Amino acid sequence: MNEFTVVLIEDEKQIRRFVRVALESEGCQVIEAITGERGLIEAATRKPDLIILDLGLPDRDGLEVLRDLRGWSQIPVIVLSARTQEEDKIHALDCGADDYLTKPFGVGELLARVRAQLRRHQLSGDIGQSRISFGHIQVDRAKRLVTTLTGEHIHLTSLEYRLLAYLLAHPGKVLTHRELLREVWGPSHVESPHYLRVYMGNLRKKLEADPARPDFLLTESGLGYRFKP
Amino acid sequence: MMDKPRPDPDTLLEQIQAEDARAKRGKLKVFFGACAGVGKTYAMLSAAHQLRSQGMDVVVGIVETHGRAETLALLNNLEVLPLREVQHNHRPLKEFDLEGALRRHPTLILVDELAHTNAQSCRHTKRWQDVEELLASGIDVFTTVNVQHLESLNDVVGGITGVRVWETVPDHVFDEANEVMLVDLPPEELLQRLKEGKIYLPHQAERAIRNFFRKGNLIALRELSLRRTADRVDGDMLAYRRTKAVQTVWQTRESLLVCVGPGPGSERVVRSAARLATQIDGRWHAIYVETPRLQRLPRAARERILQTLNLAKELGAETATLPAEDATAVTVAYAREHNLTKVVIGRDHDNPLWRHSFAERIGRMASDLDVIQVARNPHHTVPKEKTSTLLFSEDIPLWPAYGKSVGLCIAVTLLATPLRHWLELTNIVMIFLLAVIGVALRLGRGPAVLASFLSVIFFDFFFVPPRFSFAVSDVQYLLTFGVMLTVALVIAQLMANLRYQARVAMNRESRALALYEAARDLSGTLQPKQIAEVCDRFANHVLGAKIGLLLMGGNGNLQEPIDLDGTLTDVDTGIAQWSFDHGEVAGLGTQTLAASPIFYLPLKAPMRIRGVLAIEPRHGHWLQIPEQRRLLDTFASLVAIAIERIHYVEVAHEALIKMESERLRNSVLSVLSHDLRTPLTALVGLSDTLSLEPLPDHQLEAVQAIHDEAVRMGSLVNNLLDMARLQSGQVTLKREWQPVEEVIGSALKASTRALADRTVHIDMKPELPFVEFDAVLIERVLCNLLENAGKYTNPGNNIIIQAQRIKESIQISVSDDGPGFSAGSEESVFDKFTRGRTESPISGVGLGLAICRAIVEAHNGRIWAEHVTPQGARFIFSLPVGTPPDLSVPQELDT
Repeated sequence: MNEFTVVLIEDEKQIRRFVRVALESEGCQVIEAITGERGLIEAATRKPDLIILDLGLPDRDGLEVLRDLRGWSQIPVIVLSARTQEEDKIHALDCGADDYLTKPFGVGELLARVRAQLRRHQLSGDIGQSRISFGHIQVDRAKRLVTTLTGEHIHLTSLEYRLLAYLLAHPGKVLTHRELLREVWGPSHVESPHYLRVYMGNLRKKLEADPARPDFLLTESGLGYRFKP
Repeated sequence: MMDKPRPDPDTLLEQIQAEDARAKRGKLKVFFGACAGVGKTYAMLSAAHQLRSQGMDVVVGIVETHGRAETLALLNNLEVLPLREVQHNHRPLKEFDLEGALRRHPTLILVDELAHTNAQSCRHTKRWQDVEELLASGIDVFTTVNVQHLESLNDVVGGITGVRVWETVPDHVFDEANEVMLVDLPPEELLQRLKEGKIYLPHQAERAIRNFFRKGNLIALRELSLRRTADRVDGDMLAYRRTKAVQTVWQTRESLLVCVGPGPGSERVVRSAARLATQIDGRWHAIYVETPRLQRLPRAARERILQTLNLAKELGAETATLPAEDATAVTVAYAREHNLTKVVIGRDHDNPLWRHSFAERIGRMASDLDVIQVARNPHHTVPKEKTSTLLFSEDIPLWPAYGKSVGLCIAVTLLATPLRHWLELTNIVMIFLLAVIGVALRLGRGPAVLASFLSVIFFDFFFVPPRFSFAVSDVQYLLTFGVMLTVALVIAQLMANLRYQARVAMNRESRALALYEAARDLSGTLQPKQIAEVCDRFANHVLGAKIGLLLMGGNGNLQEPIDLDGTLTDVDTGIAQWSFDHGEVAGLGTQTLAASPIFYLPLKAPMRIRGVLAIEPRHGHWLQIPEQRRLLDTFASLVAIAIERIHYVEVAHEALIKMESERLRNSVLSVLSHDLRTPLTALVGLSDTLSLEPLPDHQLEAVQAIHDEAVRMGSLVNNLLDMARLQSGQVTLKREWQPVEEVIGSALKASTRALADRTVHIDMKPELPFVEFDAVLIERVLCNLLENAGKYTNPGNNIIIQAQRIKESIQISVSDDGPGFSAGSEESVFDKFTRGRTESPISGVGLGLAICRAIVEAHNGRIWAEHVTPQGARFIFSLPVGTPPDLSVPQELDT
């Protein structure tokens, strides 16, 4: 793996310590910041590939830091939150965070999320790849065709396809209800999450082997959905 | 159209309530006869034998055999309760053992002679009261009554036979009996039996035939008893007709008001009224209007009036004593207020010509009221008693007053003697009159009358010529004397009345003031002890009695009296408890255990009886005075309200403390959880990092253990924090309409590790509706249930998740075929800090299910546990379906 640069904005020393060890074992270069202010400076000067941001910072609200950052950068951000900050988590995702980790979290969990974000970052540059496959499904984005691996055609309505396409475009990212509704249905539908649920159910029935226990179109309870490639 | 007449709902309701009350009570059967010897006891015993042979638990409480052989024979084979031996006037007496009977609690008990009067040391004065208590405790009773023992017929029978019986039974006891069986025997046969010695022993029989058992008497008594039974049957039929709505027109119930006066023969008036009331099947009231004049009646007369009122009460009347100036106005007002249409008054005999009788005055004032005059007892005249001032006579020393009166008259004479040269004799009369006024004002009626006479005598002797002689020179002085005496007497009377009125007013004022002060003091009390102090003060200063306060304990029984200096502590808790249980007064001056020197008054507060006030007055008669009883009743209700207030203050206080401690606990938990979480994150992360290093196996194991323990602690902290948040009400549900399969799917994903090596089956009915819930919290419920299922089963076990719609709710269940939980703990598993198996090595503190319950209940749902046969546990929660929004999505074009 290439040398990636990760900015870690976290005030707890012990957490910084193990996250650094874990990331360095993946071959990342880790830059630590204890405050939000410091973190923003590091993010601006070091041009990192990923930012890990704790929502409970001593000097500034983590959400503010995220908003500032999104003003000038699309660098992937993973937020760390405690369970009591459920609302903050949604806000963070709506504000542009790509993923979240709930404390306490293990190293395996952390690295999985980090890898996913770094890969997505890499892939996003690679727009030319029009074919994506997951499970027994193959999607040809150029031809807007969905087939099984055995070549069987799967019929999707246009909205179903737009939803699927948006999910596939953001692999590994938690997409909130608001975001999906805004992007697929349009800004006037952001307050009708049940539309989304109906369509998501239909997609699962058509694409998942066991719709009750989906493997790719995952639910993030209370937050939204995530496509796990 | 309503063709069929319908029963009046109020009447029906009354009847149903009466039947309900009776269903819990025992049943009373009365064997009723015209006189002794008709075979009531025999009939009762025969009936008892029959029931006993049918297997009923029959016991003989008391049976008077009067030495009759036939009766004695019937007592064989029946269980007879031992009698209680009591001392009466130093003679041993055998009485019915009420306590023994209540303890034995048979289905049916035989209690002979309902009209019997108990010895003083028994609980009740009358046996019919014993029977009432037996019935109240659900025991059926057989008893016997003779017609002359019925209260309302008592004087009629007395008039016929010339023999007055003092042992009586109130008519309501007889009328409320479930069954009355008339035991009838023609007079000839009765006399025959008497002669054969079957009723009395021969020498008694001789006397009895002469006195009571005359044939004429027997015929009259027989007719009375037959008629009385027929009246009852009539009443039964009326009741039947009322429920079956045979009649179409319902007359309003008539009701009577009987006025009890101070005159003789009031008892007879009351009895007549009782009979009238029974005939018209109406309720009746008896009142005594106490005017200032009547307040001066001697004690014996007042007690007689109160006894008459008591009699009326026993006969079923509502009674009242009304203090007032104008008896007529008050009577009319009372009748109007209580909707009483007929007023019964005893006929006045010696009414002065210039004064209308009471009946006429009522008739004039309220022409719409029926006034019924009934005869008083013609023979029974009470000797005219001297009126005296009962209330105050004790505190005025009489002889010094008379002495002072004489002294003042002498002083006036001495003073006036030197003035006679300058003053006309008429003016000297004025000086004497002035003295009479003074005496009347200061010393009362008697001395004033004395002063009136002395003034005339002294005036005649010392002033009217010829002086120092009673002879008068001029006849016109006789007129002077006459006028002087009359004026003096009138003044004396007027002044004394005025003085009396003033004292009555003052007394009333001081009583009101005392009550006001007691109320004020009671309103400031915060502890039962302070109430006891107020009681004590009130009793000492106002009542002149010793008082004890017994409060209800936590177990619903009375506690010992509150012990203060000078309060009454030597009380009979048995009587107090009785009074408390029955809500009635007991002890001194009442019908119940009157031999006790202490009066027990239950403290009735609005919600329930809160305790008993025990009062030991200095004089027993004190309780008979209506003003004092009223004062005491008012005071008792003040005390009761104060006790209740304190009780509720305590309840509120406890609730507040509970709330406070809960809040404190929650905030402590919240802080603790938060501060624990950060180091735990570090612990988990660091141990994870360490385990990635190339370490020897045993070290790797240790690191893994550290990691697992830290994760466990993390979930414990999460649970504690969630519980605290849920309980403190800080959680606002983020409810959204969504399908349950989504949350089941995400919960399964999250619980993958906990369910390793278990086979999970999902049984979801198709077309489940959307439900409105908070996805995060419901996922938590499912995760906890799945985690539990993983924890309490072994690898290889099956776990089944089911979701189905049942009526208006969605039921989601998680079942396993593991060992299950112990029987009987279906409810307790949901308690905080309760675990399926207390001594198991499985980790956890037992908060998971408590959290589940809190979450589900916040969603207005329900969660419960079941055993699965043959083995396993099932946890089910249901969520209300509600009305989902329109789920049809806008039409779209296909690709």
